[in-house]
Amino acid sequence: MTPELYLLCILGMGLVTFVPRLLPLLWLSGREISPLFVRWLRFVPASILSALVVPSILLDPAGGQLSLARPEFLVALPTLAFAWWSRSLGGTVVVGMLLYSLAGRFL
Amino acid sequence: MITRGSLLQGLSAALPIWLGYAAIGLPFGVLAGQTGLSVGQTALMSIIVFAGSSQFIAVSMIGSGAGILPIIITTFFVNLRHLLMSSTLALHLKGVPKGLLSLFSAEITDETFAVNLTRFARGGWDEKKALVVNHTSHLAWVVSSVAGGMLGHVIPQGAFGIDYALTAMFLSLLVLQSSSALIGFFALVSGALSVIIFKLLPGTWNFILATVITATLGVVLEDRFPRFLKGREEGHDA
Repeated sequence: MTPELYLLCILGMGLVTFVPRLLPLLWLSGREISPLFVRWLRFVPASILSALVVPSILLDPAGGQLSLARPEFLVALPTLAFAWWSRSLGGTVVVGMLLYSLAGRFL
Repeated sequence: MITRGSLLQGLSAALPIWLGYAAIGLPFGVLAGQTGLSVGQTALMSIIVFAGSSQFIAVSMIGSGAGILPIIITTFFVNLRHLLMSSTLALHLKGVPKGLLSLFSAEITDETFAVNLTRFARGGWDEKKALVVNHTSHLAWVVSSVAGGMLGHVIPQGAFGIDYALTAMFLSLLVLQSSSALIGFFALVSGALSVIIFKLLPGTWNFILATVITATLGVVLEDRFPRFLKGREEGHDA
């Protein structure tokens, strides 16, 4: 890919990434949002986080095979328990990393 | 201007994101270098696009000789999920000037969204603190991808469990976002749907479809069984 084409490519990528990030915020923050949509939206944060993280701990990145024996999943259980107990984001990140590096050594 | 207190709060909220971005930005920079991109080109992509998974995909497509149109179209679909995040953030950014909103929206990623939204829901958060999270996370992303391109694997792969930083962060935010048993239950549904949809329809549609189906299901079931579900949602404040 020539440097000119590459520049065009990332500008295009930037544009199509920016527009879906921008439009809802511009449209919705200035007006009354319908109560039904607000009710709908309150399910979104936890749902999208779960939709992002669950496949990443259950599915093998290469083949997409589902496995409960992956260290990513086994470490997730005590990490979740710690998150629940501590309510601490930073603490959970440290505990998760620690458990994962231990898992890499022993599993 | 931003006060010292707000700045410090923003920085401490962003810290886990920096760790996570170091973990994926470095290998991204390495991959980009191996594909033949210069450090400047890599930096420019991280500055302009700022969306991790789509950048990995773009670089591997460039490596396999794809044209720019397929790359741009793929990027659009991979990053379309930000539409949902932007909509949710809008609830907390009423009355913020349009210029500031535009600046803010350019840096909505899975990670900045999740951290800022959790803080907004907890209270005592505003657009200035949120911008500190966004800007410094963006900087961490650019710096780590440049470092990967220049130095290779600075941190040995797998060291300190750093590869798990973002996963642990998402797990923690998932717990914090599950403000009631009801929301938590539907989050589980969404996670399961996401896996099933991915198996049926490989790609990145699973994120958006699982979320849209789950949120719709949530509202429909609430209307259908109002009394049953009402008792299961206490203390929600969004």
